[in-house]
This record gives sequence, C-alpha cells and structure tokens, in this order.
Amino acid sequence: MELAKFIENFSAQFEEIDVENINKSVKYKELNTWDSLTVMSVQVMIEDECKVKLTSQEINAPSTLEELFELVKKKIVDNE
Amino acid sequence: MSSAYIKAISYYLPDKVLDNAELNAKFPEWSADKISAKTGIFERRISALNEFSSDMAVKAAEKLFIENNINRAEIDFLLLCTQSPDYLLPTTSCIVQDKLNLSTSIGALDFNLGCSGYVYGLSLAKGLIAGGIANNVLLITAETYSKYINLKDKNNRTIFGDAASATLISTEKGICEIGDFVLGTDGSGAHNLIVKNGGLKNRQLPDIDINEDNVFIRNDDNLYMNGSEVFNFTAQAVPELVNKMLLKAKLSFQEIDLFIFHQANQFMLNFIRKKLQIPEDKFYLFLKNCGNTVSSTIPIALQEAILSKSIKSGNKVLLAGFGVGYSWGSTILKFS
Repeated sequence: MELAKFIENFSAQFEEIDVENINKSVKYKELNTWDSLTVMSVQVMIEDECKVKLTSQEINAPSTLEELFELVKKKIVDNE
Repeated sequence: MSSAYIKAISYYLPDKVLDNAELNAKFPEWSADKISAKTGIFERRISALNEFSSDMAVKAAEKLFIENNINRAEIDFLLLCTQSPDYLLPTTSCIVQDKLNLSTSIGALDFNLGCSGYVYGLSLAKGLIAGGIANNVLLITAETYSKYINLKDKNNRTIFGDAASATLISTEKGICEIGDFVLGTDGSGAHNLIVKNGGLKNRQLPDIDINEDNVFIRNDDNLYMNGSEVFNFTAQAVPELVNKMLLKAKLSFQEIDLFIFHQANQFMLNFIRKKLQIPEDKFYLFLKNCGNTVSSTIPIALQEAILSKSIKSGNKVLLAGFGVGYSWGSTILKFS
C-alpha cells in the first residue's frame, strides 16, 4: 500500500474535526479524538487493508504517521 | 408453509435514569460530552433493586396488549430471551405466563442469547408458525445487565442499559413479513463477554475485584467484556453476515431501504457502516436515551423507525444482531 492511501484509510477512522490535520508528519497520538476506541478501529483497518496484525502497544509506539506506516511495511516484509 | 408476520412491537424502559453527568461525577476522566460523542448515548435506564427480568417482561407485554388492542387469549406460544433470568430454574417464561394471565395451554420457554437474541427469536417464532405448532407467538426480550455490572466498571456502565420488548408474531398479515435467516455461532469467543460466576461451574460468591494500576479490570461475579476483542469480532463478522444475508435473499445492497443493526454503541456502528459503505440515511441509530439494551436494541430501534416513519410501505429492512457467544444472525423484513 502507498503512503497516500494509508493516510486516507487512517483519516477515515477519525472524526471530521481532526481529519484536516492528518498528514504524514502528524503526531497522531496528540489528535483530539485519539483514544483507545480509535486504536481499535486503526487496528482493524490495518488488518483489513494490509493483512498484518499490530497490537495496541505497537500502534501507540511510533511518533508520526509516516513512522507508523514504516512499521506496517516492516511487518508486511517480516510476514513474507 | 404459512408465512410469519410481525403484528406489533412495544417496549418498556425502567424509570431510573443514569445520565452522563452522573457517570462523569464518578469517573472524572471521561467528560459527559465525550461519552455522548463517542457512544451516542446520553442516558441509560436502570432497573430498580426489586425489579427483575420477569417484571420488565410483563410491563412490555402489557403495553403491547393495550397499545395494540391485542387479546391475550389468542397468544399460543411465549418465547422469552434473557441472560438475566429471575432464577436458575424455573424458566422465567413460566413466571411471565402466570403474571400475564396467559392461557395454561400455551408453550413457553426461555432462550439464553444476548445481542443476537431478537433475530434468533424471530427465527424460532417463524419456525413454530411454519411447523403449524403456533399461530400467535409472543416474543419477549428482557435484560437487567445492570445487576451484573460492577459499580466501578466504567466501560460497561457507560454502554449498557436495562429494557424489555414485546413483539407479536402471527400467521395473520401484520406490519411486515419475516423473510429468510442467516445465523452463525463461534464459541471460541465465549470468554470475551461473560459472567463467570453463578452457573454450576463457578457457583461460589463473592469473588474479588481484579485491578491494574488501581483501575478496575474484572470481578468474576460481574459482567466482563474484552472490548477490543469484541470489536475485532464484530468488524469481521458483521460485514460477512450482511453479505451472506443479501446473497441468500437474492437482493442487492441498493434494494435494502434501511439497515437496523444491534445498537452496540455509535462508535462501533459507524465503523461497520463505513466498512459496508452504507449511506447514513439508510442506517438507523437509536440509543441516545437507552444505551445498549442487549437483545432489546433491535426491537426498540425497529419500533422507533416505524413510529418516526423512517420505514415506508413496501420497504425492505435488514436486521443484524451480533455479540455475546459469539452469536450472530440476520433477517430481512418486508413491509406491507
């Protein structure tokens, strides 16, 4: 998956007030609507779209969205 | 084979209100606004200390009889869906038969299902009618989950409310015809939504609170829900269920006029709605003043959709229930 598509899918898990602030360098854990529920929906989105499973701790580990995308890519490679 | 129709629906909510301000006073880390924004719930109703599933079942059924001018002597089968029965035995439906003064010639039984229970109840009622066993089935859902929930359990207290519903299913034409069913079961998820104690395997009471970092996690006397596992199950199972239902009914997505799912919470429902690409105007939400009432969410939402004219003559409405078990089911109602 490309970064742009990943950002689009990631944004879909947020409420409108946050969506315009989402880009590759966003520190997503600082967004207003980031909470344990959002972690669950991001988790399912990654599983559906990227076919890899991240724990909630792994989703909470990176700082920026691009770093999260890199983590997902690494997981995909590790799985192959 | 006789067709089965829903003739009427009524529901009962207990008097006591638990609103978001009260939850916020107890759990200050969650603001009242945040609770309503995420869950879609502004208040839930809680059964009184001396009010049990049989009491609420009777109140819902009496409302059904009065509001729809139904002659109780015509009821020939009673199905009662509950996971919070008055006793381990006898079955609560026997108590309800007596309290409602229904004929002693009727069949009556409880079935233990949660969020999928209403859809299963419709399937059982349709089967009784198709088999020529009954002509007028009274299907009641009644839950007092609040009595299972630990007062320190922020998550479950926020989501669940108590309620009962009553539906008359008949061979006579009513408001809608009950179509085909798709049902499913996966008991490997049993431990993710459970009340461990009280049955025969773990009869001892009382148990102790399990905390982590001073936050309440579980007590085996109480309801336990692993929210993220249940969310994962729902996110996978419900889209599959809806697609199978449409395939079985030979209907396209566009031919469904309204989708009424188990009203778990707004966050989860919106996630599934987006995943299935259901437009907002075809997706009915009703939980703001009652919360997640387990097996009563679908009949409550269905009745509200009928009353608010969100369902029109000729509409096809897809119901989907899913949760504790895991258990899931779907059917399509065709409105007259």
